[in-house]
Amino acid sequence: MSTRLSTAGRLIDTAKPIKFSFNGKTLQGYAGDTLASALLANDQLLVGRSFKYHRPRGVVAAGAEEPNGLVNLGSNGTFEPNQRITTTELFDGLSATSQNHWPSLEFDVGSINTHLARFLPAGFYYKMFIHPRPLWKHVYEPFIRQSAGLGKAPKDRDADTYEHFNCTVDVLVIGGGIAGLAAAAEAGRTGARVLLIEQTAAWGGRAVVDQPTIDGQTAADWVTTTLAGLAAMENVDIRTRTMGAGVYDHGYVLAYERLRDHAPKASGPRHRLWRIRARQIVTATGAIERPLSFAGNDLPGVLLASAVRDYAVNFGVGIGDRTVIATNNDDAYRTALALHDAGLQVPVILDARAKGGGELADQARAKGIRVENGKAIASVKGGKRVTGVSVCLQAGQGAVLEEISCDCVAMSGGWSPVVHLWSHCGGKLTWDEAQAMFRPNNDRPPTGADGEAMVIAAGTANGHLYTAEAIADGWSAGRAAAHAAGFTAKPEAIPDGSDVPELPLTPVWMMPQGAGYDLRSKSWLDFQNDVKVSDVQLAAQEGFESVEHAKRYTTLGMATDQGKLSNINGLATLSGALNIPIPSVGTTTFRPPYTPISMGAIAGVARDDLFQPIRKTPISGWHESNRADFEPVGQWRRPYAFVHKGESVHDAVKREVTNTRTNVGLLDASTLGKILVKGPDAGRFLDMLYTNMMSNLAVGKCRYGLMCSENGFLMDDGVVARIDDDTWLCHTTTGGADRIHAWMEDWLQCEWWDWKVYTANLTEQFAQIAVVGPKARQVLEKMGGMDVSKEALPFMQWADGTIGGFDARVFRISFSGELSYEIAVPASQGRAFWDALLSAGAEFGMMPYGTECLHVLRAEKGFIMIGDETDGTVIPQDLNLGWAISKKKDDYLGKRAQERSHMADPNRWKLVGLETLDGSVIPDGAYAVAEGMNPNGQRNTQGRVTSTYFSPTLGKGIAMGLVLHGPDRMGEVIEMTKGDGTYIKARIVDQVFYDKAGEKQDV
Amino acid sequence: MSEVVNVRDLGSQGMVTLRGDMSSKAFKAACKALSELAIPDRNKITEADGKGIVWMSPDEVLLLLPHADAAAAVAQFAAAMGAEHHLAVNVSDARALIAVEGPFAAEVLAKLTPADVHPAQFGPGDFRRTRLGQVAAAIWCVAPGSYRVICFRSVADYTLNLLSASAEAGPVRHF
Repeated sequence: MSTRLSTAGRLIDTAKPIKFSFNGKTLQGYAGDTLASALLANDQLLVGRSFKYHRPRGVVAAGAEEPNGLVNLGSNGTFEPNQRITTTELFDGLSATSQNHWPSLEFDVGSINTHLARFLPAGFYYKMFIHPRPLWKHVYEPFIRQSAGLGKAPKDRDADTYEHFNCTVDVLVIGGGIAGLAAAAEAGRTGARVLLIEQTAAWGGRAVVDQPTIDGQTAADWVTTTLAGLAAMENVDIRTRTMGAGVYDHGYVLAYERLRDHAPKASGPRHRLWRIRARQIVTATGAIERPLSFAGNDLPGVLLASAVRDYAVNFGVGIGDRTVIATNNDDAYRTALALHDAGLQVPVILDARAKGGGELADQARAKGIRVENGKAIASVKGGKRVTGVSVCLQAGQGAVLEEISCDCVAMSGGWSPVVHLWSHCGGKLTWDEAQAMFRPNNDRPPTGADGEAMVIAAGTANGHLYTAEAIADGWSAGRAAAHAAGFTAKPEAIPDGSDVPELPLTPVWMMPQGAGYDLRSKSWLDFQNDVKVSDVQLAAQEGFESVEHAKRYTTLGMATDQGKLSNINGLATLSGALNIPIPSVGTTTFRPPYTPISMGAIAGVARDDLFQPIRKTPISGWHESNRADFEPVGQWRRPYAFVHKGESVHDAVKREVTNTRTNVGLLDASTLGKILVKGPDAGRFLDMLYTNMMSNLAVGKCRYGLMCSENGFLMDDGVVARIDDDTWLCHTTTGGADRIHAWMEDWLQCEWWDWKVYTANLTEQFAQIAVVGPKARQVLEKMGGMDVSKEALPFMQWADGTIGGFDARVFRISFSGELSYEIAVPASQGRAFWDALLSAGAEFGMMPYGTECLHVLRAEKGFIMIGDETDGTVIPQDLNLGWAISKKKDDYLGKRAQERSHMADPNRWKLVGLETLDGSVIPDGAYAVAEGMNPNGQRNTQGRVTSTYFSPTLGKGIAMGLVLHGPDRMGEVIEMTKGDGTYIKARIVDQVFYDKAGEKQDV
Repeated sequence: MSEVVNVRDLGSQGMVTLRGDMSSKAFKAACKALSELAIPDRNKITEADGKGIVWMSPDEVLLLLPHADAAAAVAQFAAAMGAEHHLAVNVSDARALIAVEGPFAAEVLAKLTPADVHPAQFGPGDFRRTRLGQVAAAIWCVAPGSYRVICFRSVADYTLNLLSASAEAGPVRHF
């Protein structure tokens, strides 16, 4: 059974017991345990169920590569699914539940799928979708639904906080094993800014488990000495629990720091996402052991040999009393020796190599361990845990030679360098035949902005599996990285490592070599997604020859572990099935993040009130305390309407419209874009930007203008005021302010760079308030100051002066059809001016109005609105705005495009007014239907609504829309869709419903 | 050393955008006359006696001065430039000025800006136009542990809250 050993683990503190719970059962572990080691110490071998067949699953690995040990962790606001138990540090009160089973982990109905395995082969979903039949609905679909998704989705808001951190470093070293430590130490010595990150809580990687000699000390002592040296360097920062998640262009790296997953009661952010700009990156990310593909290799109790060793040495946990070891290399003998030293039995080491191992094998034999060369596992016995293995010849087809009882199997198929981070940004790989591994091709590294290498792989991640080579490689990577970043120091001695020499491995992709279908269909490649050797072979047989296709067809490597254990074995199997060499098959693409990172870390501080910036005008405070019903307009929050007590929002809009038409309304128009354009070429510049002439606008006057994109489409509109001889002020829509300013600068900086024009976006410098309605002038006259009479300040002119003691620029422009003054005052005085207007306007019945009232007022006047009448496909000609397109100008942006045949097509839908016969309001988005059906069986259309409102002024529904030959069909009645299959009759009318002569605004 | 970073709105600040040919005699003289300061190098600010000049772009500087003096400064600059192509405009009310001060103030900024604000790289007199969270901002270092942030007026609340939340979350202990 799996239990805590009497020999103390390196990482645990038996003086500090910790209580935790698994599936409601209270268990005990120690400080320093991972959840995996603590569960194993409690004989909890079974930790989950696989995705497809619901097979019992136990821990396979001891680190980030673990495919099986995924649990739901925490509850309520700290609940999180799919947490990997091998990288979850134990803390007091930890509560975990297993996932992907029903009704219980021990008894799972879904495991019937394993008996249906014959019907659920690779590509099952694709095949079934092609041929639906009654079986699908009643048999398969329920199972697939059952298996959709591993963990549960959290239901509560995340109770924790998160943050980002940006830093720029000269050298980033990813991986805190001996190679990474050597790299950081050497780079740090040059004075370069160095950041060293390690994904686990402990330094030293595998070396501190296997304890080779470095510089005459044990690896652990060397690590301690080196860490002390690094800590003393001001220019070096070292971080544990920080994973290199992804390497991106130009040395941008994301790292994921888990600050208090191990101490949830501590204060501060839970995770920190590091956004690192590194001049050079050293990936010392180590290597991952490969499983062997033999029948029953997925049973709980079958682990990687290195993991069995880790649990024994680091955590003092023995997985089994009797451990059979299956290997194709010398390294796995270390597991046998470690277990033997811990007082556990190793009944046999099955070495698939005909000639067996070297010095380590001799050591094992010397301890009395039975070693069988050329032997293999034919199959593993057991159900929810291993009970024994049957032994066969590796060279044969699996004829059983003997059966050996055991409760643990430790397997080793060799090692694969962790090349993920090297590969993320284009680093290439090369196949190392001798070591049977893909390793970084150092001649084709990822390159930075200067075309030079930006990543250096080091240590075992670079394919150097021996201590001496690994540590020297780390040292030289650190030195080279610092040098490339511009830092050098006199070289000191290279750290000198040594370990026992090993004999080469023999690649073993199938055990035994000639395994028949019955064995191959029980030999797992991907434990989480249930992909077996037979599935990959079937994919190859069915023509999925590309590794990327085979991956997607079988789902190999597509689980949450992204195939860390399965990829190489899978593509080797594919290579065998296709009978082409492994390097010709190639690998699938390595994509960030290395292991999943939390959504919280990605969001960082951007949640709740900080989710998005909310832009506020100087008057927003008043709106908030006066029952404004807000709507978002870009990132602004604008009042939609001011709702009085007892009113509905609709009532409020009606009241605001009527009051503005009969008394006076007040609008906070501060969000309107205000861009100053100045210079000797400013007039020429604006003539190019607007479709009409702006250069000939007289000083003191205003003119409405349209802006089009190069493709001719209408993109913004607004009133331009000529300020002085070489200065114009361009008003844009609220959403257009930043966009149009950028558009102007784009043309000035990239195309017309020699034109003498400067622009400044003054949108936020001013509070702009529209005083609108027949009594507007009376309000301003009461406040006193400048002359606002028709004679002194006629329609479409502006003037500077004071109103009620405020410095003001007053524009006589109207978007409502009423007498209207738009008054700009410095933003710092905006609120005071608003308050002054309200108190002066009280006796005239002044009421503020919101954006919906604004919309109704403009629609009654037939004024277009960017975003309603335009949608990126509409040109000014469609809107009968030909009068605003200059015929005199040689050119303006969009002119050429508007002359193209489709744009000049007389059949383009054109703007008209629409009036329902029954006075009702046409639904938003309604289409005008035409006779007949199109080839898709849909009703033909001849137009659509662009704006539709209830007009309180006219007491009926009014609308604007684009209709085929619309302006030529005045008075005709057409049918509009209501969205429920019925139609509403509407008459085509002039789009101006109110004050067609425009007399009210010009008084 | 108390481990607290203070974030506060500094209230009104005069700011004038000046655009023109920064190498011209008239431009330099006009800046000097307004502030007694020389035009700073790229990504720098010069400050003295309550006034400052900031390098904003190859053809733009920002003049910092008391709020009440901004309008007069615009007129004075325009007069000094005469017919030479330029733009001078009061932007005092379009912006907000925030102080970030405390032992790990640089790290508070680094949580929000991609700019390298490591004290060894970004010291007194250094200025950057950058982003804080999701908004445009400019930052400069007044003294070690003391920084100023300019953002647009409409997002002053957001920026204050963003900086405060980042300060409350504590130091990173990287710088």
